[in-house]
Amino acid sequence: MTVIDLLSYEDALASYDPVMGLEVHVELGTRTKMFCGCSTELGAPANSQTCPTCLGLPGALPVVNAIGVESAIRIGLALNCEIAEWCRFARKNYFYPDMPKNFQTSQYDEPIAFNGYLDVQLEDGETFRVEIERAHMEEDTGKSTHIGGATGRIHGASHSLLDYNRAGIPLIEIVTKPIEGAGERAPEVARAYVAELRELIKALGVSEARMEMGQMRCDVNLSLRPHGREKFGTRSETKNVNSLRSVERAARFEIQRHAAVLSSGGTILQETRHFHEEDGSTTSGRIKEEAEDYRYFPEPDLVPVAPSREWVEEIRASLPELPRVRRNRLREEWGVSEHDMQSILNAGAIDPIVATIDAGAPADQARKWWMGELARNANETGRALDELPITPAQVARVTELVAAGDLNDKLARQVIEAVLAGEGDPDTVVDKRGLKVVSDDGALGAAVDEAIAGNAGVVEKIKGGKTAAVGALVGAVMKATRGQADAGRARELILEKLGVEA
Amino acid sequence: MTDSTATTDGTAVIRLTAAETAAKIASGELTAVEVTEAHLARIEAVDEKVHAFLHVDREGALAQARAVDAKRAAGEKLGPLAGVPLALKDIFTTEGVPTTVGSKILEGWLPPYDATVTKRLKDAGVVILGKTNMDEFAMGSSTENSAYGPTGNPWDLTRIPGGSGGGSSAAIASFQAPLAIGTDTGGSIRQPAAVTGTVGVKPTYGGVSRYGMVAFSSSLDQGGPCARTVLDAALLHEVMAGHDPLDSTSVDAPVPPVVEAARNGSVTGMRIGIVKQFRGDGYQAGVLQRFDEAVEVLRGLGAEVVEVDCPSFDLALSAYYLIAPSECSSNLARFDAMRYGLRVGDDGTHSAEDVTALSREAGFGDEVKRRIMLGTYALSSGYYDAYYGSAQKVRTLITRDFEAAFGQVDVLISPTTPTTAFPIGERADDPMAMYLADLCTIPANLAGNAAMSLPCGLAPEDGLPVGLQIIAPAMKDDRLYQVGAAVEAAFVEKWGHQLIEEAPSL
Repeated sequence: MTVIDLLSYEDALASYDPVMGLEVHVELGTRTKMFCGCSTELGAPANSQTCPTCLGLPGALPVVNAIGVESAIRIGLALNCEIAEWCRFARKNYFYPDMPKNFQTSQYDEPIAFNGYLDVQLEDGETFRVEIERAHMEEDTGKSTHIGGATGRIHGASHSLLDYNRAGIPLIEIVTKPIEGAGERAPEVARAYVAELRELIKALGVSEARMEMGQMRCDVNLSLRPHGREKFGTRSETKNVNSLRSVERAARFEIQRHAAVLSSGGTILQETRHFHEEDGSTTSGRIKEEAEDYRYFPEPDLVPVAPSREWVEEIRASLPELPRVRRNRLREEWGVSEHDMQSILNAGAIDPIVATIDAGAPADQARKWWMGELARNANETGRALDELPITPAQVARVTELVAAGDLNDKLARQVIEAVLAGEGDPDTVVDKRGLKVVSDDGALGAAVDEAIAGNAGVVEKIKGGKTAAVGALVGAVMKATRGQADAGRARELILEKLGVEA
Repeated sequence: MTDSTATTDGTAVIRLTAAETAAKIASGELTAVEVTEAHLARIEAVDEKVHAFLHVDREGALAQARAVDAKRAAGEKLGPLAGVPLALKDIFTTEGVPTTVGSKILEGWLPPYDATVTKRLKDAGVVILGKTNMDEFAMGSSTENSAYGPTGNPWDLTRIPGGSGGGSSAAIASFQAPLAIGTDTGGSIRQPAAVTGTVGVKPTYGGVSRYGMVAFSSSLDQGGPCARTVLDAALLHEVMAGHDPLDSTSVDAPVPPVVEAARNGSVTGMRIGIVKQFRGDGYQAGVLQRFDEAVEVLRGLGAEVVEVDCPSFDLALSAYYLIAPSECSSNLARFDAMRYGLRVGDDGTHSAEDVTALSREAGFGDEVKRRIMLGTYALSSGYYDAYYGSAQKVRTLITRDFEAAFGQVDVLISPTTPTTAFPIGERADDPMAMYLADLCTIPANLAGNAAMSLPCGLAPEDGLPVGLQIIAPAMKDDRLYQVGAAVEAAFVEKWGHQLIEEAPSL
């Protein structure tokens, strides 16, 4: 890989003002494809979910999925967009082996939703408004797997395998207007926007928006202009940046790269760029000397989409509380800082915490487990929080056992680990492993007596007034009971038996 | 006649109309198998000369006929066309039966599914004899653009049978089938009907499902019936038409009462408009003479005939040759050798892009390439507004002309085509001359109206059939049949028989 010159981030921002455009594709979670009745279920054998329409066989025709249109309208309304009274699909013509018809059925100058905005909150609580240009409906392509080349690229491959199961899955493309004025916070704004959009999509119930599964993909378009200049510079288009962290890194890298090129008197090529997860760099893709000519024209095989105003209002009335509003409400209810709330959002912990609270746990306990033990486990095992094999109800049950004094913190952690390991629900684990706090004075008394008898030196110190030394005896009790003792009660008993005032 | 299978009243089976054939099968006078075998024998006897068929599905046809006979034997009620043989244009997909669209690019392809029209025919017990020849991808007016060789006009085998549906029109004109199906994008049902002395109808756009009909120009293509009589066309129309949830552009409304209209032909008290624009230079004298006689027949039947001005029709041909190629350039993009059809250069030395290019080069004929290039150009950025955009505006103007005309009259009439059948090869190297054959038929496609061509006599100078075109408002297809049946009856009375009876027996 060629070494790319970068200017330091600070120097780049000192001379230039970044302008961004973000294009996000969201795969809708409809049961069937956008223009035919084939299943959208993931993981099926290659080409098993296809029909004449999504294979583009001669003579086959598309029919619009009404749920797809409804989802597009939901997204448009949630993004404060206007909803078209009448709009059409258009054909975007280009050749590629995984495009069954060699045109993509999309929308061009008549998108279903346009002129909106999304307010995003940065880590310090500041709100930044991202203007939305449009949200339009289209279909996904098939998937090519290149065999024999390096790292799955088509270059050098001996052959390619095509899977059309994905062809025709509904996509909504959401395009921002140029994002200006973010300055040094541009990468952070990019990340916060995609994060907010993902939350929004999930809250609307139109997609699971899992970036790691390609259900949500982001292209980062970026250009720089010298401070004070109005005209935009030449942009690069970094394609398929597929995690929140990567969105931020890609924007940051491109700012530094553009600045290095421009400040050394060079010019930025209008091109697409590939993002590399390993080191956060981008490399040159396809050069776009002139705008590609897709020869768009209205799709003659489909009739116009004309959502009635009544229907649009019905959909508007059914929108859930939007994530930012909900987050601010929860932040106040839970009494946490903007920064902590941002961490909770980034960890994907909001919904699990809410569900755990709903299942009866105190808010601070629910937060503690999901942001502590469980977040750690998720991180270590590379899973999202909601993919962990533990339910909010089970977490709530653990907090209940702690509150009742049946478990202490250490035991509770063991119970959680056991649940994650598939040993059953919390009560089963407690029973099977015998993990219950020993607090009845009989069982505990024996352990205390043993500890006193076996540590004469320590006993002397305590009796001599060094009550702090009692910790050593408590430790011995805990060891003897394999952690199951109620440490507070053990301490009380020891002092009582030694006749020392606490 | 080379076929001697006769019915009890001595009429050869192949000369029966579809209505008569269905009645005889229903009554038990003939079996569907006998009827099918008679037509298969006729195909065997004459199609080497005519070349109407690209593929004859002997086994499939006989199996379908046997099923109809079994149904009758079991006492089940038969549909109005059960057991009647039909020739299907090779543009409709037929599961497991070759579908080439007259192109090398689909040579050897066996579709895995039936077009909606194919399915409706099968469900109705219609016997599909085979697939008929056509201009490649329905682009042409002579069937000379077929990659599999031209079809002869049964009236004179050295002349064209019209196009693109020349195989279908020639099949019925040579008594190889009483019924056929065509598709009409700019006249491909009506012009072949006119030059072969048969009846062809382009239903209202959206009246017949396009699902499984290989697309040429999606906003113009429309399947429709071909027959030797107006009633037969109506019977077939009723079987193939109607809403299809698989075609978004299909009209969700009842099929107009075409059969009833065909049984009750009348023009008494009707106002009929002659399109002023369709006359003048380029129109053969004999064509105009027969057209004028048809006008007199209509007057004689009690119609009021007036001249109607449709000024935008002069722009129709130009608009058509921007819209149709534009849509075709996109529709035909899928033929890339990746999933089906011809594949050239897949020898390990060529890239996927090369294989696509080589396959398209070898698989598409000149006219198809010409239209793909025209359309690609017309849709290009910087040219879109001037070409595709302007053509769409003309389309709106033509629709308005029709609306204004139908404010004054019930139907419009014109010659179907400016000349009778021209000799094979005469216009092959002159695309403009070829395009003029569709001058009178194109406006109805651009506006989506219903239109019919039916015979109105032979041109005195060459003794070849002349067609009368009738155009009705959208979803008023029944008017075509009402007027058509009246005209047909008057001519039959005048001639003593259907015009097609005068065709050479081959």
